[in-house]
Amino acid sequence: MRNALQKISTTGLLIAASFIAVFPLLWMVSMSFMPEAEANAFPARLFPHDPTLANYADLFAHQRMGRFLFNSLLVASLATVLSLAFNVTAGYAFAKLDFRGREKLFRFLLAVVVIPGQLTMLPLFFQLKTLGLLNSYAGVVVPFMTSLFGIFLVRQYALGLPDEMLQAARVDGASEWMIFRKIVLPNLSPIIVTLAVFTFLAAWNDFLWPLIVLSDDHNYTLPLAIASLSQEHIQDSGMVMACATVTIAPVILLFLALQRHYVRGLLAGSVKG
Amino acid sequence: MTTLRAFMREISPGHVFVAPAMFVLSVFFLMPVLGALVMSFTDFDLYALADLKNLRFIWLGNYINLMQTPLFWKAFGNTCYFALVGAPLSIAVSLAMAMLLNVPGVGLKALYRTALFAPYVATLAAAAVIWRYMLDAQYGWLNQFLIVIGLQPIDWLGNPHFSMPAIILFSVWKNFGYNMLILLAALQRIPDDLYEAARVDGAGGWERFIHVTLPGVAPSLWMVALLTVAGYFQLFAEPYVMTQGGPAQSTVSLLYFMYEDGFKWWNLGHASATAFILFAVLMGLSFLRPKSEEVFA
Repeated sequence: MRNALQKISTTGLLIAASFIAVFPLLWMVSMSFMPEAEANAFPARLFPHDPTLANYADLFAHQRMGRFLFNSLLVASLATVLSLAFNVTAGYAFAKLDFRGREKLFRFLLAVVVIPGQLTMLPLFFQLKTLGLLNSYAGVVVPFMTSLFGIFLVRQYALGLPDEMLQAARVDGASEWMIFRKIVLPNLSPIIVTLAVFTFLAAWNDFLWPLIVLSDDHNYTLPLAIASLSQEHIQDSGMVMACATVTIAPVILLFLALQRHYVRGLLAGSVKG
Repeated sequence: MTTLRAFMREISPGHVFVAPAMFVLSVFFLMPVLGALVMSFTDFDLYALADLKNLRFIWLGNYINLMQTPLFWKAFGNTCYFALVGAPLSIAVSLAMAMLLNVPGVGLKALYRTALFAPYVATLAAAAVIWRYMLDAQYGWLNQFLIVIGLQPIDWLGNPHFSMPAIILFSVWKNFGYNMLILLAALQRIPDDLYEAARVDGAGGWERFIHVTLPGVAPSLWMVALLTVAGYFQLFAEPYVMTQGGPAQSTVSLLYFMYEDGFKWWNLGHASATAFILFAVLMGLSFLRPKSEEVFA
């Protein structure tokens, strides 16, 4: 009896909390389909009486939404590919290849992990200006290329690869690069997916650094686009909500599709054992 | 020649594998960190940005100047308010939700867990825009709710007393899911026998929470607390999107102050000093942290 009561009250609380968690997101989607009059109606409405795609049409036709979506996709994909290229090789080497200075270097990385990225932003801005990379996709992607979190994540996973497997390939005369390509990469694929999802989401959602690097709004990513749209068009709530939906929906869908991999990374980064 | 040959002999495949990452890290992370330190000792501004010849070293000048800038202290105070009130609230909600998800025999848990985690995945800038409407003084759902339960509506983002609480409310909603998953994993590692034993000894729900649950999650809770406080000290996009630092500068955070100082007024040296002070705070916090080696090993 006590148990049944506990189950019912827990379920009730979980339903209420889940509702609060997703309500703003559902309202965003609902409002994005409202014609202007309904979106601005008082009191606020939950559902459109007369759903329309006008807000989306307006966004893509007059607010360059297609361009921003393209920018975001490009920046996040580029960040993901580069991050994988740099961090998977390094993470694997720290786990499985013996080289002089490895322990020292790794301890050094563990020490600098506490330095916040924001500290580098002002000099990095000047550096990119010198390199002519301001206002470019490359400039936005630079901080994502190496990630200490990524190196630690891959190393942690690669430690579990059996040494005999690598040794056998060496005895057969395979080069280290061959071993990496043919044996290591396939075996690391779960953690590669994890790192890819993390990087893609982080690059897609990033705000401060793109805001600093991108001065021409033609190159804006979606978070910058919605921030500026909401400042100029806060009354056009339907259109702003459509813009928010275009920004948020891709990452939510990506998360839903790859949830298992994402949660693995989240737990590996913060929990011992 | 011999030294070069000796050097080449030392190079192993491992070096080649880590070299690209270490190169990028040095050029785009470590160099800027040193650069920030140097810049914070200079009067780096728009003129120096145009021509480095205009750069002068003023050593602690920026730091002394900051100490005498009221807006810096305002930003520091606002950031502490946000971090020291917001982080404990977030963690309390995370722990409560994790405990609910850990109750045995409740169905559809995966569904609830995904729903509760969704705000964390949502793009921060876009979510902040949605919340501007949620918190709207007239139309907002939050005020509709206050009216229904018989309270006065609040001008959340327009009143300097409520702007920071509004941002904290938003941040709790946005962030609790992350720590919830970490704490849920910690809760699941607590053996059921411990709860059974406590029950046999006649411990009630609250006593079991104090004597079994809390000690069980304590290491994770400590880590989560430090990481969350450190993260909350880096407040930026929320005030940028929701309040532009206002009203009456009540939501200007350290990073917001640094951003405007550096990239709006081009006082890059001055702004670097702010960045270093933020860094010092985060360093101080990291000393309270369990060794990262233990975390990742």
